[in-house]
Amino acid sequence: MSVSKPRYFARRDFQRLIDVLLDCGYQCLGPQEKDGAIQYLPLDQVASLPQGYRDVQSPARYQLQTTDSPRYFSWANGPQALKPLVFAPRESLWHSKRDADGRLQFVETIPEPTPLAVIGVRSCDLAGLTIQDRVFLHGDKHDPYYAARRENLLLVAVNCSHPAETCFCTATGNGPVAEAGTGFDLLLTELNDGYLLQAGSTRGEQVAAQLPLTDANDQMHYEAGQQRLAAEQTMSRQLPALNIKKSLLQHQEHPQWEAIAERCLSCGNCTMVCPTCFCHAEQEQPQLDGEASVHERVWDSCFTVGHSYIHGMVFRQETKHRYRQWLTHKFSTWHGQFDSSGCVGCGRCISWCPAGIDVTEELAVICKEQPDA
Amino acid sequence: MLNPYLPREAEIVERIQESATIFTLRLRFTDPDHQAQYRFEPGQFNMVYLYGVGEVAISIVSDPEDESICDHTIRIVGRVTRGLAKLQAGDRVGIRGPFGRGWPLQAAEGRDVLIVTGGLGCAPVVSVINYVTQRRERFGRLTIMQGVKHADDLLWRERYQHWSEMDNTQVIVAADKASRDWPWRIGRVVELFDEAHIDADKTIAMMCGPEKMMEVAAARLLREGMTANMVYMSMERNMQCAVGHCGHCQYGTHFVCKDGPVFSYNQIESLIGKVGY
Ligand SMILES: Cc1cc2nc3c(=O)[nH]c(=O)nc-3n(C[C@H](O)[C@H](O)[C@H](O)COP(=O)(O)OP(=O)(O)OC[C@H]3O[C@@H](n4cnc5c(N)ncnc54)[C@H](O)[C@@H]3O)c2cc1C
Ligand code: SF4
Ligand code: SF4
Ligand code: FES
Repeated sequence: MSVSKPRYFARRDFQRLIDVLLDCGYQCLGPQEKDGAIQYLPLDQVASLPQGYRDVQSPARYQLQTTDSPRYFSWANGPQALKPLVFAPRESLWHSKRDADGRLQFVETIPEPTPLAVIGVRSCDLAGLTIQDRVFLHGDKHDPYYAARRENLLLVAVNCSHPAETCFCTATGNGPVAEAGTGFDLLLTELNDGYLLQAGSTRGEQVAAQLPLTDANDQMHYEAGQQRLAAEQTMSRQLPALNIKKSLLQHQEHPQWEAIAERCLSCGNCTMVCPTCFCHAEQEQPQLDGEASVHERVWDSCFTVGHSYIHGMVFRQETKHRYRQWLTHKFSTWHGQFDSSGCVGCGRCISWCPAGIDVTEELAVICKEQPDA
Repeated sequence: MLNPYLPREAEIVERIQESATIFTLRLRFTDPDHQAQYRFEPGQFNMVYLYGVGEVAISIVSDPEDESICDHTIRIVGRVTRGLAKLQAGDRVGIRGPFGRGWPLQAAEGRDVLIVTGGLGCAPVVSVINYVTQRRERFGRLTIMQGVKHADDLLWRERYQHWSEMDNTQVIVAADKASRDWPWRIGRVVELFDEAHIDADKTIAMMCGPEKMMEVAAARLLREGMTANMVYMSMERNMQCAVGHCGHCQYGTHFVCKDGPVFSYNQIESLIGKVGY
């Protein structure tokens, strides 16, 4: 469905949006300040939103500051957004039970989540979700665990007005505003005293119909346009202006991999905060009574030893090979697997890297020359 | 839609001890309907689940036209395989599968088949050898090259003996270290190409074993005039999900679990033998 015409939604009515979503049977999640970071937590009161908060992000740095701005969304992104809601950090896949005769019974444990409405989703989060959909839902092997959570999601997106210094979604083509067809149900553009609200789906329309909306005037449209331009212009990080996908493959023996490995701690933080990383390990949790065992999956990372272990050897023993795997997968081999890049330009891996390694800078060093045809 | 993560119960119909550390489990699904519709190709694998311990990827070595049974030949190396080794006929395991792409047996019809393997009992190619020897008339010359470290590592000596006596079949087995009654060669398998009669235009090669060995063997075959798309190899990487979701088996762009485990040489030429993939 096409996106509806923007209408004005006053900030003083914001509680109404939460109430309508709750009345429609959704559990509501919204951004809130907790432990010094913006996190998505259960929300029923508008007062819980991070009003006036700003984030200061740079390599290895994430800090919140308060201002007296009335805005709720004048920060860029926290460590996590949608990924843990659809692809759970730890979840049971099935139980096996063994009876007295040794017979095994397998019981799948597909979640039955209550419908979830998430307020405050950014365009890079939407792009990350689209990429994860391709991993888990397309192709001949459909993931029923991911699917159950995904189907229950209603997304209230917000256009980014204050990108962080680490953001580079303009370079990946994923922001700062959410375009039609990127999967939101409702889209907000935050202005000084209210919002422009658009619906992107039938479900979104149904919610919008219950809100006190008025016509938007020219001044509001102008303000939104200026805000977009300003947001785009604050993003200074670039990606190399050449075929990165090819260039990375041609520079697999570049000395820079070694140089990065001297700084990289192989901690895997970048993969944990990345909205597209999908690696996970399966493991068994036998129950104490010995009659049942839970088979679960947990997030894993290509920076762990176990990731490339097979009996008797580890294929990526050295940090330089692990970092090469991560960067090459994100920006090159991902294309061959899922027809897109694996990076949406959210900048999380830059802020949350304890060593301050910056993917955009490393790419600039590694992918300098134009690749051979 | 079927849940690709959920195993199905199978019963061990028979357990065969092949050597001190290698055993074969002959399995049948306890749900007869599932057994009846279960189909696989040589070279494909199952995820075999040991109750309370975990799942491992294991090739299927039985004949694809035998609808009554599914055989797995397993080497004891770690937690799961050690536990599986303790099971007896009548015990139950979980099975998910079959997964992956198997050997190019259609393309092999009418051609000479060259099998190159190294290391300990290489299950993935056993399925091809069995397949070809059961349907001898549909294939040209069959050459089996197997290298082992020590003579005692050669599994199924009688089978190699038996194959070597078949028509139009050449068996070249070599051990780095021979034992007293070793009837075969001494040396590394790749050194034995001189002995094989390879008709480059008519041959299809299938290999499994240490990657270094496959890399050297493939280069040799190309020098003999074979094309990269007629040289196939079965790859091994850590596997958790077997359905392309967990990321562990990535090999460059490929997922070994679904794009492989069998690849043609031209698919992986730029990766094989290189450290870190
Ligand atoms: C496509 C394919 C086919 C295979 N076919 C056979 C076969 O027919 N017979 C046979 O004996 N072995 C086969 N293997 C190897 C077999 O999967 C490993 O030996 C087995 O996983 C070891 O598990 P473990 O728990 O005993 O060992 P541990 O060393 O304790 O391993 C711990 C875990 O690491 C993972 N792992 C370890 N080694 C491997 C490996 N080689 N491949 C994938 N994951 C691994 C498993 O999750 C394993 O449970 C195959 C592997 C692949 C990828
Ligand atoms: S690679 Fe870094 S910038 Fe790109 S999507 Fe992942 S976390 Fe965000
Ligand atoms: S291989 Fe590494 S970079 Fe790729 S999805 Fe997995 S954890 Fe992320
Ligand atoms: S085994 Fe999980 S992606 Fe291949």
